[in-house]
Amino acid sequence: MADKKGDIKELLVKGFFTLNGIAVVLVLVGIFTLLVITAVPAFKEISMKEFLFSPDWNPTGYDGEKYGIVSLLVSTALVTVGALVIAVPIGIGAAAYLSDIAGERVREIAKPIVEILAGIPSVVLGFLGIVLIGPVIAKLFGLPNGLNALNGSVLLAIMALPTIISISEDALNSVPMSFQQASLALGATKWQTIALVKIPAALSGILASCMLGMGRAIGETMTVLMATGCAAAMPHGLLDSVRTMTATIAIELGEVAYGSTHYYALFAVGLVLFLITFIVNMLSDMVLRKYQNVER
Amino acid sequence: MLRICMGVILVTLAVLLYDIFSKGLPAVNWEFLTQAPRKGMTEGGIFPAIVGTFLVTLMTAILAVPMGMACAIYLNEYASDNWITRLVRMSIRNLSGVPSIVYGLFGVVLFVQFMHLGTCILSAGLTLGLMTLPWTITASEEALKTVPDSYRQGSLALGATKWQTIRTNVLPYAVPGMLTGTILGLARAAGETAPILFTGAAFFLPFLPRSAFDQFMALPYHLYIMATQHHAIAKVRPIAYGTALVLIALVFFMNLTAIILRYHLRKIRKE
Repeated sequence: MADKKGDIKELLVKGFFTLNGIAVVLVLVGIFTLLVITAVPAFKEISMKEFLFSPDWNPTGYDGEKYGIVSLLVSTALVTVGALVIAVPIGIGAAAYLSDIAGERVREIAKPIVEILAGIPSVVLGFLGIVLIGPVIAKLFGLPNGLNALNGSVLLAIMALPTIISISEDALNSVPMSFQQASLALGATKWQTIALVKIPAALSGILASCMLGMGRAIGETMTVLMATGCAAAMPHGLLDSVRTMTATIAIELGEVAYGSTHYYALFAVGLVLFLITFIVNMLSDMVLRKYQNVER
Repeated sequence: MLRICMGVILVTLAVLLYDIFSKGLPAVNWEFLTQAPRKGMTEGGIFPAIVGTFLVTLMTAILAVPMGMACAIYLNEYASDNWITRLVRMSIRNLSGVPSIVYGLFGVVLFVQFMHLGTCILSAGLTLGLMTLPWTITASEEALKTVPDSYRQGSLALGATKWQTIRTNVLPYAVPGMLTGTILGLARAAGETAPILFTGAAFFLPFLPRSAFDQFMALPYHLYIMATQHHAIAKVRPIAYGTALVLIALVFFMNLTAIILRYHLRKIRKE
């Protein structure tokens, strides 16, 4: 009898922990479902074609409301690509430095510093975009103010760097020692070994790190909200003011009436954002898994 | 060449921190930390925002810490390699990539509207808690992995049940490590703005929140207001710098606590 009681207790405990595991799946499914449910009513009044292909986003326009997501998508893409152009070379360079050149002591100091960078809250970076980076950009390019896509790209690059560095460094460290010994033995210089042997060997891990950094940049809200000017128009270059998907939601959700078409449309934007980051994360996950399998 | 890359990062960080510290420090004094804002938020301190951030982070911890630990125990101790486990792991990885503003949208629909909690500490804390969950799970699982298998086998061989083994031979060694990772996750949550924008953070409140169903002021949101939404932006710039400094100091202090804890743990393990 006592044994049976113990068995039941064990089962209950196991059930409890299993439920907690399954709850995580439910959270993800729940986010997706609620976004879909709340986004669908928007399409009673907006045609899918307008939403996906019209460049004009102006929900409070005098001559009719316009709900086209294209300019928001282009803004997000522009800022993200700008961020990657800055962060990828610097990040990979720093990762290579940490894994191959830096001594033990430098590494022990440099790693916490990168962690500090990752710990700066995004709203603080956004603030620095306004007061520090903005004026510099304005001066460099002779603009009235420095709140534009370039400013957002610089800030997003700072946010993406820690991700890129730490995962790329892991990938570089997992390249077998024999690769670089063989390269050095054949007379290659240290620089040639890093650029032509180690980085290609760790490429999938490095690629995954860049994609994770990209996912982070696409989904970041506060920095782009504060530092890019947020003019709702199709941008023409990095020096234009842009309004990304995330910033649009952050600006407009506080002002809309609950249950209006505008309200639902913002959730539709949120759904698009969710799907994009979901796909980017899944792809980077597949790439990362591939390199881990090869390693084994 | 590669050294330059690292150098660029160091210089950037130094410039950013120097700007915040040099311009934030003059604004921070005892009054700034203990008084409420006055005269249309052009004078006074940020005390209500500090209290609000503390309360909402506490609420975040109440949801994310136990649930994260329980999920980690499931993954590391109970789960066999089947499709359910793979689904759980995939969900965790994807949750950690969901944009923070999307968590905000989710919180608005689920907590504020569907559950009729309204905009309050509870709604904001739960929203932040869900966002923190993937981080606490990952950190807790890492801590569980460091417990040697022989600890489990010894206990099981002596006839202890699975749960007894986990309770007496696994958790005592893993909990400090779990807490370390959890504090790091909470520090990130404390600095987040997007998820609380529409779930409970208030522009200005004349008094402190009295229950979990009240709105609150929060440091990150206060900084956002002071930097972009205030009617006299140039005049309140020192207050914005001071708020940024206090927020950064808070996040660093939490990180430092976790790092010191981790350092001591490693030393104890080695002995």
